[in-house]
Amino acid sequence: MLWYVLRRLAYVLPILLGVSIVCFSLLHLAPGDPLTAVMPEFASDQVIEQIKRSYGFDKPVPVQYLLWLLNVLSGDLGLSQVANRPVLDEIVPAMVNTFQLAAFGIGLSLLGGIGLGLLAGYTRRLVTDRAITTTAIIGVSVPHYWVGLVLIAILAVTLGLLPAMGKAPPSPGFGLNDIRHMILPGVTLALIPTGIIARSVRATVIDVRKQEFVQTLQANGLPPRRTFLHVIKNASPTVLAIIGIQLGHLVGGSILVETVFAWPGTGYLLNNAIAYRDIPVLQGTILVLATFFVMLNFLVDLAQPFLDPRMTRQ
Amino acid sequence: MSTPATYAGETPARIVEPHKRIQRTYWQAARRRLLHDPVSMGCLGILSLIITAAILAPWITPYDPYTSSIVNRLKPVLSPGFVLGTDELGRDMLTRLIYGGRISLLMGLLPIFIATLAGSILGIVAGYFGGKTNMVIMRVADIFFAFPSVLLAVGLAGALGAGVVNVLISLSLVFIPPITRVAEAATTQIRAQDFVEAARATGASAPRIIVGHVLTNVASPILTYASSLIGLSIVLASGLSFLGLGISPPLADWGLMLNTLRQSIFLAPVNAVLPGAMILIASVCFNLLSDGLRTAMDVKP
Repeated sequence: MLWYVLRRLAYVLPILLGVSIVCFSLLHLAPGDPLTAVMPEFASDQVIEQIKRSYGFDKPVPVQYLLWLLNVLSGDLGLSQVANRPVLDEIVPAMVNTFQLAAFGIGLSLLGGIGLGLLAGYTRRLVTDRAITTTAIIGVSVPHYWVGLVLIAILAVTLGLLPAMGKAPPSPGFGLNDIRHMILPGVTLALIPTGIIARSVRATVIDVRKQEFVQTLQANGLPPRRTFLHVIKNASPTVLAIIGIQLGHLVGGSILVETVFAWPGTGYLLNNAIAYRDIPVLQGTILVLATFFVMLNFLVDLAQPFLDPRMTRQ
Repeated sequence: MSTPATYAGETPARIVEPHKRIQRTYWQAARRRLLHDPVSMGCLGILSLIITAAILAPWITPYDPYTSSIVNRLKPVLSPGFVLGTDELGRDMLTRLIYGGRISLLMGLLPIFIATLAGSILGIVAGYFGGKTNMVIMRVADIFFAFPSVLLAVGLAGALGAGVVNVLISLSLVFIPPITRVAEAATTQIRAQDFVEAARATGASAPRIIVGHVLTNVASPILTYASSLIGLSIVLASGLSFLGLGISPPLADWGLMLNTLRQSIFLAPVNAVLPGAMILIASVCFNLLSDGLRTAMDVKP
């Protein structure tokens, strides 16, 4: 087991390093001088030189990267060029909001995806199966930001059932109003993962049910409920991997949905960073989200052997 | 082509028929299967309609896409003179939706085209030469894989700044790694086969083997996979426009229209939602067509 953990770690660390290099180069991808935003107008060459030195831009790029990486590792993601506050202070509250919504969304898609997937996997070649498979294809192709708008148009504007946008005003405790504000964005976020999870649960369940041990169990007269548990246990590693990836995509891809619903999360932060060309915030948010995605997959990899001990033996 | 002269006593053409069918090449057979699939043909029909309309836009649209009219703002769908209503500046929706197809489809298709070219080259090189070359290419691809696709597209486009070219660059970069991976896997598989070994043993050069043997065998998995990404690419490209990262107004683009009409969702919910329906139709059709293509080419997903 320890060997397995070390091997996964040896795979993840270079990737994290690569991710940090990509995020670092975002600053240099940006057209123009990254300092134009903070540079005073008509600055003399001496002042420009001084500011460059204070930001460390007078050093060669690899040295800049190493210094930046050291800062990042100590929790310093730089200063927001617009708010002039540490980037981390901007990201943390946004992350909390994003996770709140993501947790709600992934909960919905787990319920829907696993439910529909099992249903489709157990009712093969029937109308339900066809219907669920088709829904899954459409669910994957749908522009989810647009579904958000449709939901707003129907449920908020026309019927007036739910609030259209924003987060509930802060109140003590977590009340009904908080949930009402989360329903539309949560459902929108859950849409694509539901389709993908349903499709993979269906495929995995069908695969497992074809295996001989299931037939043996059935032949030995095990009641369907007990065989079902065996099928679930064997299907779970694959499904867990898919769920991990989907949760990452849900958090990373929430920028469009958060924009539609004016939800004050990381997506909203990114959107503002883009609008005001606040590259440090853009860089920091993407770094944090991508790191989260990598670590999530790492944790899923670590959890796999508990579901299927054969994994450690490769 | 001249038909061979018929000799007396030769077998009639009807009996030759089954023999002919065996001689159909792989690509001919695939095309035949695709042409007989109603869902794929339906999708192809809808897509050709949208594409033809977009190309012929100046000649078939009833209004000018850019002339606004204050009195005609946000006319509902099916109002006289405006079949699909008007937008927040009083411009005809139908006209702008047809024009919008030009940029939206181009920005969805072009990145896939670029990524397929670049990804195939990288993947085939990595798969064929193996060893260190493979490690370097595939590890770099892994790094880009570590980003959720929307995040990577938004991050790159956000850093590069708004503009069509920047959106094309960032979307191409998003799709190169997955295509590279598929190309590499397919190439590694083909490379291990005896006929490639035989070609190498008879002294064929690497470029010759790649073009003559590898490319012909990896083309169908790469193409079907790439085609399955077109829908996503269209959705992502419009998403970037929706965030204000694509083209700038007054040009028509489905994502941008969705963005500008969003402010009017409380006044004219149906109009505000229409551009997204176009994105959905295009993306669903491309995905179903790609599904049909995969079945026709008999590629295991």
